[in-house]
Amino acid sequence: MLASGFLDETGGTLLRVFKAGAGAVVTKSIGPEPRGGNTNPTIVELEVGMLNAMGLPNPGVKDFGPEVKIALDGGAVVVGSVYGKDPDEYAAVAKALAGYGVQAIELNLSCPHAKGLGTDIAEDPEAVREFTAAVKGKVSLPVMPKLAPSVPDIASFARAAEDGGADAIVAINTLKAMAISPELKTPVLANRVGGLSGPAIRPVGVRCVYEIYEVVDVPIVGVGGIESGRDALEYILAGARAVQIGTGLATRGLAVFSEVTQEISEYMEAMKAKSLASLVGAAHG
Amino acid sequence: MGRMEVVPLLEVRREVHDASTFLFRAGIDGAPGQFIMVWIPGHDEVPMALSYLGDVKGITVRAYGDATQALLKFTAGDLLGVRGPYGNTFQLGGRRALCVAGGVGVASLIAAIEGFSDRGTKVATVLAAKTAEELIFEERCEAAGEVHVATDDGSRGFHGLAPALAKRVLDQHTFDTVVTCGPEPMMKAVVDLCRERRIPCQASLERFMKCGIGICDACVLDDVLVCNDGPVFTGEELAKSGDFGKFRRDESGRRVPL
Repeated sequence: MLASGFLDETGGTLLRVFKAGAGAVVTKSIGPEPRGGNTNPTIVELEVGMLNAMGLPNPGVKDFGPEVKIALDGGAVVVGSVYGKDPDEYAAVAKALAGYGVQAIELNLSCPHAKGLGTDIAEDPEAVREFTAAVKGKVSLPVMPKLAPSVPDIASFARAAEDGGADAIVAINTLKAMAISPELKTPVLANRVGGLSGPAIRPVGVRCVYEIYEVVDVPIVGVGGIESGRDALEYILAGARAVQIGTGLATRGLAVFSEVTQEISEYMEAMKAKSLASLVGAAHG
Repeated sequence: MGRMEVVPLLEVRREVHDASTFLFRAGIDGAPGQFIMVWIPGHDEVPMALSYLGDVKGITVRAYGDATQALLKFTAGDLLGVRGPYGNTFQLGGRRALCVAGGVGVASLIAAIEGFSDRGTKVATVLAAKTAEELIFEERCEAAGEVHVATDDGSRGFHGLAPALAKRVLDQHTFDTVVTCGPEPMMKAVVDLCRERRIPCQASLERFMKCGIGICDACVLDDVLVCNDGPVFTGEELAKSGDFGKFRRDESGRRVPL
């Protein structure tokens, strides 16, 4: 699937990514009100990935209906990503997105670059349970909380999500990070800190999925630095039932979805794997 | 991925009262039509077309907001961050090209105007501005070919808007390609003129940008990205667009009238 935050603020691009080969597309994280996001620079390109501090720009849930409609009318499978400041806001936005016809809800509980939103929730397992339960109480769709990697014990957060009624768990969000210009002696991002994504965080994501797989029964969606079929297989062997790609778009373009799918098939053939399901979690002894 | 370079300005040239050219050396290349993301430290990061493509690169910027107004106060030795180049390029070639530039749009077009000339294409430029004082790169356009000046207030050349003068020039000569950059209503009129006459046309578009590398969806026009699929679009592509000449996206991604 397409990871949240990439080419997913408008219906036209959501549909274009779906047609390019993504099995589902996750929307930009949508909140109760329109939000312009942070001042530029909002991204820093790195050899090992990317920093971003977009700051949750989105048109607001009221104006997002037509965008979802364009994607759905074109046949896309759409997952609505939700943020807010409290459980009620999450639930209300999720309910509105459900009304627009999205097929599942992802909870952005861990945005590291929007003040007062996300990170606080992501650092408290009880909050993860509470927010998940609040949304589950308002929608009948599958709900998938997306977890932050920067916690001492991600397994306890996954358990909390499952206790809250999560139907799947998405791991991981970006890691809080910074880039500084030595020439100017100042952070490059206007927001100073942002989220690190791309190949640099893949080993962290694989470890997180591995640990989560040990403690929960619900499916896991792996995300973080996947750019090839081999990368995807790492996540699958760690326990992911599906994977998301975001930053890989910057290096391989829209073709990344069909190419990674093809590469997974080739690996499966070489490994003589009968099904993808037989590989899920196969790295656990 | 490409890394941002922080470079000192070699020279700042005041072109007109509210626009300057900023020259610098950086380890980036660039082709006519491409742009770079320019970090104005402490203010913003904005997309800018390369108006000089040689060993020394340049951008030509008109003050239209807080960040660009701040940039216009920069002088030689001040530091800017640059990354790129990004986007596609103008397709050059043909026997005779008409270039229609409005205001600071000539900054995006000048490399193509000179590129046509370098490749042996006969170039004519419609160079338009609000007033005679606001004409930019007239000498560079003249060095590349003939120039037809238009001003909104009639203080120089043709009294009127660029599309009206372009129509007159298109009536006088046969052109096998047209390129344009300027305010979007102007480009829309030029694209329409070319479609009526079945002349291939390319327009360089501008939208609010954040990433510049085709991932954030801020600069979307219908389902294409100005940063990655553009900034140069053909007349056929634009004729199919529901957004061109009508809508843009604001910072939050809402579709709003231009």
